[in-house]
Amino acid sequence: MISMKINGVSRQFHGDPDMPLLWYVRDELGLTGSKFGCGAALCGACTMHVDGEAVRSCVTAVSEADGSEVTTIEGLDADGNHPVQRAWRAHNVPQCGYCQSGQIMSAAALLNENPDPSDEEIVDGMSGNICRCGTYQRIFSAVRTAAQEV
Amino acid sequence: MLGVQNISRRTFLKSAGVTGALVLGANAATGSMIGTARGQSNGSSVKPNLFVQIADDGTVTITCSRSEMGQGVRTGIPMILADEMEADWQRVKIWQAPGDETKYDPAGKDAQNTDGSRSTRHHFDVMRELGAAGRYVLEQAAAKKWGVDASEVYAKDHRLYHTGTGQWFDFGEVVDAAADIAVPTGDAAPKLKDQSQWKYIGRDMPVVDSYDMSTGGATYGADISVPGMKIAVVARPPVYRGKAKSFDATEALKVQGVEQVIEIPALSDAMPAQFRALGGVAVIGTNTWSVMEGRDRLVIEWEDGPNVRHDSGTYNDELMASARAGGLVIRDRGNVDEALGSAAQVMEAEYFVPYFIHTPMEPPVALVDATQMPVKIVSSTQAPNETRQYVAEALGIEKSDVECQVTLLGGGFGRKSKPDFACEAAILSSKIGAPVRVQWTREDEIRHGYYHAASAHQLKAGLDASGNVTAWHHSGAWPSLVSLWNPVQRTGFPVEFGLGLIDTPYNQVPNLRIENGETDAMIRVGWYRSVNNIQHAFAMNCFANELAEAAGRDPVEFLLELIGEADVMDLTADGVEGHWNYGDAIEDWPIMPKRLSNVLRVVAEKSGYGKAMSPGHGLGIACHRSFHSYVGTAVHVVVREDGSLHIPQVDMAIDCGRYVNPEGVRKQMEGAAIYGHSVAMHGQITTTQGAVDQSNFHDYTVTRMDDAPLDVRVHIVEDFTHLRPCGVGEPGVPPYTPALVNAIYQATGKRIRRLPIGDQLESA
Repeated sequence: MISMKINGVSRQFHGDPDMPLLWYVRDELGLTGSKFGCGAALCGACTMHVDGEAVRSCVTAVSEADGSEVTTIEGLDADGNHPVQRAWRAHNVPQCGYCQSGQIMSAAALLNENPDPSDEEIVDGMSGNICRCGTYQRIFSAVRTAAQEV
Repeated sequence: MLGVQNISRRTFLKSAGVTGALVLGANAATGSMIGTARGQSNGSSVKPNLFVQIADDGTVTITCSRSEMGQGVRTGIPMILADEMEADWQRVKIWQAPGDETKYDPAGKDAQNTDGSRSTRHHFDVMRELGAAGRYVLEQAAAKKWGVDASEVYAKDHRLYHTGTGQWFDFGEVVDAAADIAVPTGDAAPKLKDQSQWKYIGRDMPVVDSYDMSTGGATYGADISVPGMKIAVVARPPVYRGKAKSFDATEALKVQGVEQVIEIPALSDAMPAQFRALGGVAVIGTNTWSVMEGRDRLVIEWEDGPNVRHDSGTYNDELMASARAGGLVIRDRGNVDEALGSAAQVMEAEYFVPYFIHTPMEPPVALVDATQMPVKIVSSTQAPNETRQYVAEALGIEKSDVECQVTLLGGGFGRKSKPDFACEAAILSSKIGAPVRVQWTREDEIRHGYYHAASAHQLKAGLDASGNVTAWHHSGAWPSLVSLWNPVQRTGFPVEFGLGLIDTPYNQVPNLRIENGETDAMIRVGWYRSVNNIQHAFAMNCFANELAEAAGRDPVEFLLELIGEADVMDLTADGVEGHWNYGDAIEDWPIMPKRLSNVLRVVAEKSGYGKAMSPGHGLGIACHRSFHSYVGTAVHVVVREDGSLHIPQVDMAIDCGRYVNPEGVRKQMEGAAIYGHSVAMHGQITTTQGAVDQSNFHDYTVTRMDDAPLDVRVHIVEDFTHLRPCGVGEPGVPPYTPALVNAIYQATGKRIRRLPIGDQLESA
């Protein structure tokens, strides 16, 4: 049996330990904020935090998260008011919105690790997340704004 | 003028299942009033459209009948109605309409199909009329309650004021008195506000879904589950119109969570592909990962069929040969051959643009419950009514027996107006007797899509001794998207011609001929954000840049001379019949060269065009009209010694006529620059023996933040805002690539004539 805390709630998983965290969270727990975009850690739409680090949950087996604290977009902040989320709204970032959960989780992890990133560090830190609507300019600005608050 | 109707509370509750008090609808089909008082609409055979509802707590719920895929339509269209109604945006809610064109297509123009950049231009007038009707009814109701003449009442900021006493009611307070009030039509129809009184139209508005989208609470196609639902993925034939000859599901069925493996029949040879299911082998089970694992374990023998000869290597050469051969003359002015024969200098160049695939971040997905009538679809679709139509066909039932709920779309770009994926879910649901969600993976999306047509272009021009262009000849060839309906189609058709080719804007050139060569379609071809405008704008803007150099002229001045300052360009004067003008009357949205020249001048000025550039830097410019809008783009590029690029700045000037949400326009232009950058740098689908070579974002690369332009400056041109709204979602894409390519030429002296740019500069 695999145990983990997801957004602060203890969970026991009895299924195939190879199942990616994304599908456990989406299909079995019904937390649908984390998105499926590529299934191969290429786009970042599924980004979650495992023990505070950003992971691509589409390729992270549930077994790898055994004993960990997992945070999804739903658990980032109880009121949806994490500095990154506030900055996202202030910059009116989203277009279709689909990639934004993953973008926000990547940005939050980046700022957690490096509260004062340079422009280059923002670009490096965010280039694993694809946005096909092309909101990069606003994401970049929003991360800068959020960096001033964390 | 549409008839606008006040429908009773009961009727609305019954028909829409939404709580509320006062509901207004419009009917485009009859163009007249259908009944105004409580109950009358029950006796009418015509179903009304339903667009606004006012609850007795004052909440105004506005219907959005267009699909939101990031273009901001759930914000922009309701803004128009709220403005005209004098509603307070903070008290407005948006209700997403299901697919029902008899109710939710008030303009009567596009059956709720959200494509072609047409939502705003087709809904601006009718949303204003619906808003004005709402305001009228509320004013009348307040007058009734006060016992005064309605001329003494006016609506402002969600309140109804009495001019004599200064008394006021909140909107919600008059709902009880509003339900029986008729809305007059014709000359007596409620007056629209003067533009000076607009409070939302023309003002920046953030997207209504911003909070949900930043907290994971926004609902997309795969986010809705129903009891008993199964999840399926489908193994589809690798070659277009191939078939499964045989399959072995033994190993697939051993995967925990896999329950069934069943075949979706291939289309019969007599059936055009259209938006029908491709066929294949479906793995069905309890969770997405299990069925993906199961699919990997299927053993399938495919019968490839005739499209196995589709190899990009030879096909692309054939396309170029076809472009050179031309044949179908679609526009002919003067005598091009004679002018070329007598030219002081003849220039010629060939351009090639490969297949692209959409790659919206959300791959196609649909949930269908075909176990009950009516059949229910939940999908992130751009075209809910065509989704109903094709699902009905797949199930052998009537469209009226199929309902379609529309979620948010995680991007669309044209892919999600083709509901083959919903047909698959319907077929499977019907076969297994349970609701089924079909989930496409990224590999499915890239390998089994509707591809942006590859195209080849040969351009020739004659210059006189002074460097003036005396002849322009453009011949293009591409597989037509008509092949979806008519597989033997070998030429393009008016829609494709109208996408920036037949309307080539070089109106001052005295001799001009445009031709189309023939080719077979051996893959599903489909529209993609801005469609054929991409290759047309690329070829003509780059060629004009080459001509300017040959003529020893400044490229922008040269372009301005080619385009000219005419009020309108009349294609009928060049023998063009049946010009497709984005589906609209040419009188309403004429082709206006002066507006194209205008955006070119604006973007040149704003970008600092003409200033001295450092070595390795270039500033390239291009302009294009599409979807009735005029866009000029200036790209500043830095080409490093290793051939890699950096884009320090992009300027875009857009004239989209009357705009609604300037913040939305800016976002679409910023996104179009990124989308265009993917087209220019990365986009390329190739085939080997009929099968698509690419499969995911490692080999079908798209722009990421580290190669994206991050300083896109958008200049909304105000000079023609007295004219009708024009498209915004797509028109920013086409001019980006030629502007970049022209900038690269200035920086490096290298002409790019074949997309993608990829590593062409590195190997130079």
